[in-house]
Amino acid sequence: MSERFHEVAVTVNGEDVRERVDARKTLVDFLREELALTGSHVGCEQGVCGACSVRVDGVVVRGCLMLAVQCDGARVDTIEGVADSGEIADLQQAFIARNALQCGYCTPGMLLTAQELLARGGVPSRKQIRAHLSGNYCRCTGYQAIVDAVEAVAKTRAEAKR
Amino acid sequence: MKPAPFAYAKARSVAAAIELLASNDARLLAGGQSLIATLNMRLSQPALLVDINGIAGLDRIALTNAHIEIGTLVRYAQAERSPEIARAAPLIALALPHIGHTAIRNRGTLGGSLAFADPAAELPACMIALGAEIEIVGPQGQRAVKADEFFKDLFETALTARDVLTAIRVPVASGATRVGFAEFARRHGDYAMVGLAACAQADGTRLNDLRLAYFGVGATPVRARKAEAALAEGDVEAGVSALAGDLDPPDDVQASGAVKTHLAGVLLRRVARQLGRAAS
Repeated sequence: MSERFHEVAVTVNGEDVRERVDARKTLVDFLREELALTGSHVGCEQGVCGACSVRVDGVVVRGCLMLAVQCDGARVDTIEGVADSGEIADLQQAFIARNALQCGYCTPGMLLTAQELLARGGVPSRKQIRAHLSGNYCRCTGYQAIVDAVEAVAKTRAEAKR
Repeated sequence: MKPAPFAYAKARSVAAAIELLASNDARLLAGGQSLIATLNMRLSQPALLVDINGIAGLDRIALTNAHIEIGTLVRYAQAERSPEIARAAPLIALALPHIGHTAIRNRGTLGGSLAFADPAAELPACMIALGAEIEIVGPQGQRAVKADEFFKDLFETALTARDVLTAIRVPVASGATRVGFAEFARRHGDYAMVGLAACAQADGTRLNDLRLAYFGVGATPVRARKAEAALAEGDVEAGVSALAGDLDPPDDVQASGAVKTHLAGVLLRRVARQLGRAAS
């Protein structure tokens, strides 16, 4: 039981995956290297930058601060899955429309984290948006356009609900 | 960087975890939000990780008349949503939004923060301010350690290598309980340069049993006892002056000790205002 290699069964973007993993492999490295899901990026590897953000059992976590071996039995959603399902199509469009990305390195993590806030419903204040995204670094945009995009989507979604 | 190789075992019970910890150079893995970062940087290279995330019952929040008991695996995000914590432990509720960022709070655990005992972390200071008790299970059985005696030195606690921190026990806040919390951080959610957690029982204009616990100013949270005495009498500025005798923060990469002492005074004024208000 106390071994280095373990068999894990994970549902990744709705697909069942069975792999033998080295205990030291982080979730984000597992997704990128074993499953070729390279939309999740590796930035700081110490939980600071947010580029590796993925969803595990419905909540956004740092892909570099969780081990793949811990995900046995879990449901993992990456930017590929969330983009393909159409869940964040409006958010992606808003990012494009408002120039909320340049190099795109932070964008997958930014989108997943923003979607977590948006999924709570209502229209968060700009301060709340900034607080929610505070763990995701963007070195290109200065954040203004990102907050604009998230705010715009919150308003459109709230409008559509009425 | 990538972690050095290690073995991994998922414990199904506290007893099983303690058993696994008997093997050489084993570390407990809870939320992992500090531990896995240190593994990635190879600042720690354990031979075995004992994962306690699968142990049932360690994520409970239980309320009795006198205490609120928070299981070690309660995650920050779960605690933020808990009406019991908001009502019975308002100081913890005030501190939680300052801890890390949303993704960190989704995963990090209250017990993990105390066991890791980062000197700039919010929760250890809250435990001191609240007079909390830490519940520990080890090879010899169960024991409770007062927060005042739990934090020993830099990253050192009353936990031995084979102990599991299982729960935190905090006295339930009453109508007279006043709490305050404030910190300075470069970016919201980062570790604080200086922070202050405070708790008292209001009696007219007096503050009884006032506890001011500073963090980010030493190896462990630091009680500011001289400032407590002054503030209990309602003299905020005497309290600010007294901090020079209470705190001796070392210089670090973020600020000099003198700057930290100054900031501690600024925080004291803010927290004093919070302590003057009844909880709404």
